[in-house]
Amino acid sequence: MATLQIKQVVKRFDDTEVLKGIDLEVNDREFVVFVGPSGCGKSTLLRIIAGLESATTGDLLIDGERINEVGPADRGLAMVFQSYALYPHMTVEDNMGFSLRLAGVGKQARREKVLEAARILQLEPLLDRKPKALSGGQRQRVAIGRAIVRNPSIFLFDEPLSNLDAALRVQMRIELARLHEELDATMIYVTHDQIEAMTMADKIVVLQGGEVEQVGSPMELYHHPCNRFVAGFIGSPKMNFLPVTAQAVSTSGVRVALPGGGTSEVAVNGEGAQAGDALELGIRPEHLLLDDQGPLSGQIKVIERLGGQTSLYVEMDDGIITITADGDVTYRVNEQVNFGFEPSRAHLFDGQGLALASLQRHPLSGLVRQDSRERVENSRERPEGGA
Amino acid sequence: MNTSRLQRFILAVLAWSITFVIFFPILWMILTGFKTEAQAIADPTLFFTPTLDSYAAVQGRADYFRFAYNSVYVAFGSTLLALMIGIPAAYSMAFLPTKRTKGTMLWMLSTKMLPPVGVLVPIYLIFRDLGMLDTRIGLTVIYTLMNLPIVIWMLYTFFKDLPKDILEAGRMDGANTRQEMLYLLIPLTLPGIASTGLLSVILSWNEAFWSLNLTSSRAAPLTAYIASFSSPEGLFWAKLSAASTMAVAPILIFGWLTQKQMVRGLTFGAVK
Repeated sequence: MATLQIKQVVKRFDDTEVLKGIDLEVNDREFVVFVGPSGCGKSTLLRIIAGLESATTGDLLIDGERINEVGPADRGLAMVFQSYALYPHMTVEDNMGFSLRLAGVGKQARREKVLEAARILQLEPLLDRKPKALSGGQRQRVAIGRAIVRNPSIFLFDEPLSNLDAALRVQMRIELARLHEELDATMIYVTHDQIEAMTMADKIVVLQGGEVEQVGSPMELYHHPCNRFVAGFIGSPKMNFLPVTAQAVSTSGVRVALPGGGTSEVAVNGEGAQAGDALELGIRPEHLLLDDQGPLSGQIKVIERLGGQTSLYVEMDDGIITITADGDVTYRVNEQVNFGFEPSRAHLFDGQGLALASLQRHPLSGLVRQDSRERVENSRERPEGGA
Repeated sequence: MNTSRLQRFILAVLAWSITFVIFFPILWMILTGFKTEAQAIADPTLFFTPTLDSYAAVQGRADYFRFAYNSVYVAFGSTLLALMIGIPAAYSMAFLPTKRTKGTMLWMLSTKMLPPVGVLVPIYLIFRDLGMLDTRIGLTVIYTLMNLPIVIWMLYTFFKDLPKDILEAGRMDGANTRQEMLYLLIPLTLPGIASTGLLSVILSWNEAFWSLNLTSSRAAPLTAYIASFSSPEGLFWAKLSAASTMAVAPILIFGWLTQKQMVRGLTFGAVK
């Protein structure tokens, strides 16, 4: 059992404010991912939770108890570092058992615990090796094993997969998700990779410039991003943005004039918007449909064929638009192409980059892994202003 | 770079020549030690009948082993002390720097630029009042202070090369500062610490200014022993050479045995 509360945490290094008042709740057994571009403060936030940095102001609570002044080792947390930070002069077994040795645990008990963790991670044949003699993936597993041995209430991961090659990263991602099920522990995971966030998280916290942009389940962020930044950050390839003008606002949505002359009604709450406003239309590449009658058109500049799907980069007057199309489309470069979109899939952003709320919630936006449904109920999105 | 055989040959000749030039005085000193006084001042020759007369005469006049014992005592004692103070100091500077760390380090280094003779009188008076003149402890203390800036600087650069994450991982694992140093920092930077220690031993061994001014007989190390052979009634080259050979032999052999360690330590990090 471990919950974490972060209240108004501010971190200043000299005159730079790295974290500008973070509020966050992490529920028991939840897999929370902090995601954001580099320099957004996500690692600093993790290090403050770990106790390796102190918060300038604000409170940290684990299970309701304030831990600001508690040392890193006494918080009951374990951390996996990006560089793995294994002790190079110790064997795998000694690496994993180091915390127990410091805690004065006897040799026999220590060995049992290490073997147990080694079994979970399939490290048994490597126990006598030094880190130097391990591959990247094995080192990663030892670093995780070192965390498991401590039996922490919360696991902290600081970009643990970024030093691995792509294939191994996918494999470790699955392994981490499995581990989360098996250990049934609370995990906080920092990454700049939105795919890692989408695939593993129960709850994603999107950070930018030291502030929380949005908190929510992966599907919620994908279908209901609260602002332009989150919309562009979550999803791959990136969401397309088109400048549009509001024509009419009604209870059924906002009708906008598209570049090229067409119009479309997007089902969003138009309160505060009025005809004539300059808005931005956001459509994900996978929601653009190639259609000879479509209201939008442009010239294909680049075609990337991935086999199962094809990415078309289409030049319009307002920039390049990405379209994810079927793998078997026969278009050629420089060809003129028409396309459209399902208005229900489109997003509208106002002049400040804030999303106009959809009139309908996407049915999957509340979904997390089935076993953890009820714990997410009380951790629903906390609407947050844009940057 | 593509080095041809000729280039390599020239380089080898150059390296050997420079080495020889540097080594020549030592070689000549060793040779002279085996000559008689007459041969020593005669026309230089490489061919003579070696004799141990000078060594016997030198040993007859002063007990070499007492001086050697003092040298070993102060060189290793001061090194041990300097490391005991320097390791925690460098640790805090490398891993917990403050705004003044850089300034402090530059100030420490600046003390090495001051001519020691500038502080001779005050130090002499302090030593006199504390009764530390001509004591091994006194000399050990002054050598420790003398080497501390270099020791801290060297350790600082070695510690800086250690990934911070490893110590942080240790802290997450429950290590306190002492355990961090004992179980992680020291074992991981041991080559660097060793070469720092070796350098400190060598510097202390070769130090002459303070030993000549602060000791006379009881605590006098080998540097004072050599100096005692340059007497007012003229130089006895053979005896002086014999004494010098005996004085530098231990540190030369020590340096030779540990040179691998020294080089490894001094390039530690650079070739990691």
